[in-house]
Amino acid sequence: MAECIECGAEVETSEDAEEGEIIECPECGVELEIISVEPLELALAPEEEEDWGE
Amino acid sequence: MRIGVLCSRLRVEEKLLFQEMERRGLSYGKIDDREIILDLSNLEVSYDVILERCINHSRALHTLCVLNARGVRTVNTYRVALTCGDKLLTTNALAANGVPTPRTLIAYTPESALAAIERLGYPVVLKPTVGSWGRLLSKVNDREAAEALLEHKQILGSYHHSTFYIQEYVEKPGRDIRAFVIGEETICAIYRTSAHWITNTARGGVASNCPVTPAIHDLCQRAAKAVGGGVLAIDLLETEDGLLVNEVNYTMEFRNSIAPTGVNIPQRVIDYVVKVGQQ
Repeated sequence: MAECIECGAEVETSEDAEEGEIIECPECGVELEIISVEPLELALAPEEEEDWGE
Repeated sequence: MRIGVLCSRLRVEEKLLFQEMERRGLSYGKIDDREIILDLSNLEVSYDVILERCINHSRALHTLCVLNARGVRTVNTYRVALTCGDKLLTTNALAANGVPTPRTLIAYTPESALAAIERLGYPVVLKPTVGSWGRLLSKVNDREAAEALLEHKQILGSYHHSTFYIQEYVEKPGRDIRAFVIGEETICAIYRTSAHWITNTARGGVASNCPVTPAIHDLCQRAAKAVGGGVLAIDLLETEDGLLVNEVNYTMEFRNSIAPTGVNIPQRVIDYVVKVGQQ
């Protein structure tokens, strides 16, 4: 359990959460990046860039 | 064998690939492209093969260039990333190798771009040469829209947007086809259905199974060969005159394609990575 950086809501992660994974805050919908699993730490996910894609 | 996975933001696809490697007991390491420093004078790589899964095309391209130049095996290769990461280079490779693709004109100034648009006839599609997920695609229906778009692209865009990629608009039957190619196999395909002319699943297109016919397989193999082969997602358009290859993606997303096709795509990708690592 950690706090959303944007709205302060409590955010839970799944058991198989990994560093670098992007999750969505259930309250405000902002994208958060998991920067540490143990202990759980979140940061705002990077903004989409022009050369992003598949 | 040790597999490196070049990535940063982890999508569903990367997690599925990690899970597949863990299931098999393969040794792998994540290489975060935000942390790497490439020493061009003295590069040390402790992996037998590197699977590229970057979300940034520029980082993927440059890292693959550095690795391949030193004999490090990668999936995909620099050549493939270079060709598929730029729509102009992709279409050029397809057309130059006789692979059917929508008619495309390139121009460098708004004046010549307008002349090119009118040579094709309305409607046309303008695409940025670099970009994905259907971003900034424009369907241009008339001269007024063309003039406004060209002015906006020239003034508001980076220099990339002043290489005008102008393509005939191909009427689709409400869907297109995405086929997944791994090496010499076309492992599965989906229809992407949408009421909108942009059918990317990232933009709301709905995926359903598309049987891989001999025609689809043959065309996909020709397209894959034209761009350098490997692990590819090839977008096809159905027309009255047959199939056309629209785009080729080299760091494919596949989360929406496993259930409809019943094909374990991450398993097949890792099969290929292991094969390349053993070469």
